[in-house]
Amino acid sequence: MSAVAVPSSVDSVVLLLEKHDYFADRRLATSVFLALTMGRPLFLEGEAGVGKTEIAKVLATALGRELVRLQCYEGLDTASAVYEWNYPRQMIEIRLAEAQGKVDREALATDIFTERFLIRRPILKALVPQGGAAPVLLIDELDRTDEPFEAYLLEVLAEYQVTIPELGAIVAPVPPIVVITSNRTREIHDAIKRRCLYHWVDYPNAARELAIVRRKVPGANLRLSREVVAFTQRLRAMDLFKAPGIAETLDWAEALVALDKIALDPETVANTLGALLKYQDDIGAVTQEVATQLVGEARREAAAELGS
Amino acid sequence: MKPLAAQAAGGARLAENILHFARVLRAAGLPVGPAKVIVALEAVQAVGIERREDFRAALESVLIERHEQQALFDQAFELYWRNPRLLERMMQLLLPKVYTRAPRADAEAPLSARLAEALAPPRVPEQEPGQQEVTVDAAFTFSPREVLQTKDFESMTTAELSEVKAMIARLRLPVPELPIRRTVAASRGSIVDLRATLRAMTAAGGTVVPLAWRQRRRRRPPLVVLCDISGSMDRYSRMLLFFLHAITNDRDRVHTLLFGTRLTNITRHLKRRDVDVALARVSAAVSDWAGGTRIGACLGEFNRRWSRRLLAQGAIVLLISDGLDSDVGEGLAAEMERLAKSCRRLIWLNPLLRYEKFEARPAGIRAMLPYVDELLPVHNLESLKQLATAFAQPHATRGMARTSGFDRARRAA
Repeated sequence: MSAVAVPSSVDSVVLLLEKHDYFADRRLATSVFLALTMGRPLFLEGEAGVGKTEIAKVLATALGRELVRLQCYEGLDTASAVYEWNYPRQMIEIRLAEAQGKVDREALATDIFTERFLIRRPILKALVPQGGAAPVLLIDELDRTDEPFEAYLLEVLAEYQVTIPELGAIVAPVPPIVVITSNRTREIHDAIKRRCLYHWVDYPNAARELAIVRRKVPGANLRLSREVVAFTQRLRAMDLFKAPGIAETLDWAEALVALDKIALDPETVANTLGALLKYQDDIGAVTQEVATQLVGEARREAAAELGS
Repeated sequence: MKPLAAQAAGGARLAENILHFARVLRAAGLPVGPAKVIVALEAVQAVGIERREDFRAALESVLIERHEQQALFDQAFELYWRNPRLLERMMQLLLPKVYTRAPRADAEAPLSARLAEALAPPRVPEQEPGQQEVTVDAAFTFSPREVLQTKDFESMTTAELSEVKAMIARLRLPVPELPIRRTVAASRGSIVDLRATLRAMTAAGGTVVPLAWRQRRRRRPPLVVLCDISGSMDRYSRMLLFFLHAITNDRDRVHTLLFGTRLTNITRHLKRRDVDVALARVSAAVSDWAGGTRIGACLGEFNRRWSRRLLAQGAIVLLISDGLDSDVGEGLAAEMERLAKSCRRLIWLNPLLRYEKFEARPAGIRAMLPYVDELLPVHNLESLKQLATAFAQPHATRGMARTSGFDRARRAA
């Protein structure tokens, strides 16, 4: 994998992402461009399924960098996020030293706390890449972890370094490209956000969503794609507990293709709604009448666009 | 500062404009510090000013930190960078000591009250906190024209004040702590601390050492308080606000929302240490004091807008309401069910329980009862203290035995 030069303008970011099947709106492309140019972390917030994680993956592929992913969860600690000592090997080392009869405490301590015994976890891996250009570090769903870990991240994001008590500070020779995502299940502290470029990832508009469906679900014909997009867009305007994201639109389009559908009809919608809506309340809100009405509107809109 | 923007087209003028724009945002309450201005200049230099939308997106990604700030930023940007005439006027306004003119009425869109304030700062820079707050708190409500019906908290009698303060001093909600996934060193725990053990081994020179242990840390779950401030709850509202202030400042991760006909998040107002300042701010922020109650609609709004942001980490919900609903319980059961399913424990504090003959007749109460885990009275200082004790008691599992008040209400229903 050879590293590609960082794009030199917003337009080239748009083109680069598009080449790798990611249709970013201009605002997102600008934020990405700035993050790359200014070497700042990109903080992406938005509803689930709007393509936040995808942007990091696409960036890594497009720029020919390694993707280092850190999935956050409650209780995430340095041992699983940054580094850990290889305890079994250290113990064997101590035993060996004992067996050879040379037990010098000072020497032993310096011997077993060296890089040889260090297990690198995602953050350390991203800071000290094993050859090649700086990787893309994806810190996914930061809102799932707790405040102490956020506080730890401050040092990493501000200085691109981690401090290991036994070894001292390890500084990244080249800062990685950092992408942080959050589903906003709680507010991330401002101190983190201040160090990042903030971007709220919204649901795509109809044109962009259509482009995404066309590219990602090539099996769906143009008419079905248009109807699917028009229907989903209308669904998002409804008062739902969880509106469908792009991921759901794609799932649904794939489901319809698998069912050999070439156009929407109310019955199929009712049968496959589970691909779009994930809460029983929401599915209940889309009654037969509502579905029929939305399908009618979506078909008319798709037909009008096809005709023009 | 390096002559960053000076290199960009437009030169120093542009840098100056961005600086002024940042000042407008700062005055409107966005946390835009000098460091951010420098970053903004850098960002603008990077994207260039050929395309307006890029320029805007660059400023946006640097100057915004939360999604809520978007609307204010959008308005400010439109005003500041579109209409040069208006811009000039505003520049004048922003010059020191020319504080007199207000933005003219020809601004197309209705201005956020807060932004208007930022563009034309009042002649007197320091106002009394209470007055100033009226404009500052209109932030993010998007309906600046709404006549904000505020309510005065009359000054308390000395005796009352000292009693409440004494109560607040003593009042702690001993919410039971729950194990979390973090560990802490412990003399006897369940997890071997290999790192500490190895350190001990090296210190001992490789001889056998006792194992070091860790155990799961415990922490109190987040608390979300939903308090009814409608007309029927009016007589309790002042006391309840003191109570809310006390528990909000007791520890972290407490969120407080008031509802009557609409829902207002007052957490950041209650975070003020001084109880009087905090309550004055709450009073200015809430527009539906002592009006009707639309419990179902408000809970629905909470479920959609807030529940995923506040209830994520096993939160306990305190619902303070008399259950008297102007909508006669319409849609209430479904929203209560959603709320109950989203939180660890749902506790209903009802002042009506003070009456011996309390019966769950009203439709609202009947709709809510099946979904609460516990029903407790809240009508005077004494009952608040009881509440603290009730929390300390072991956690009743959902659907298991509850307090006497609950059984009484259940039977009546």
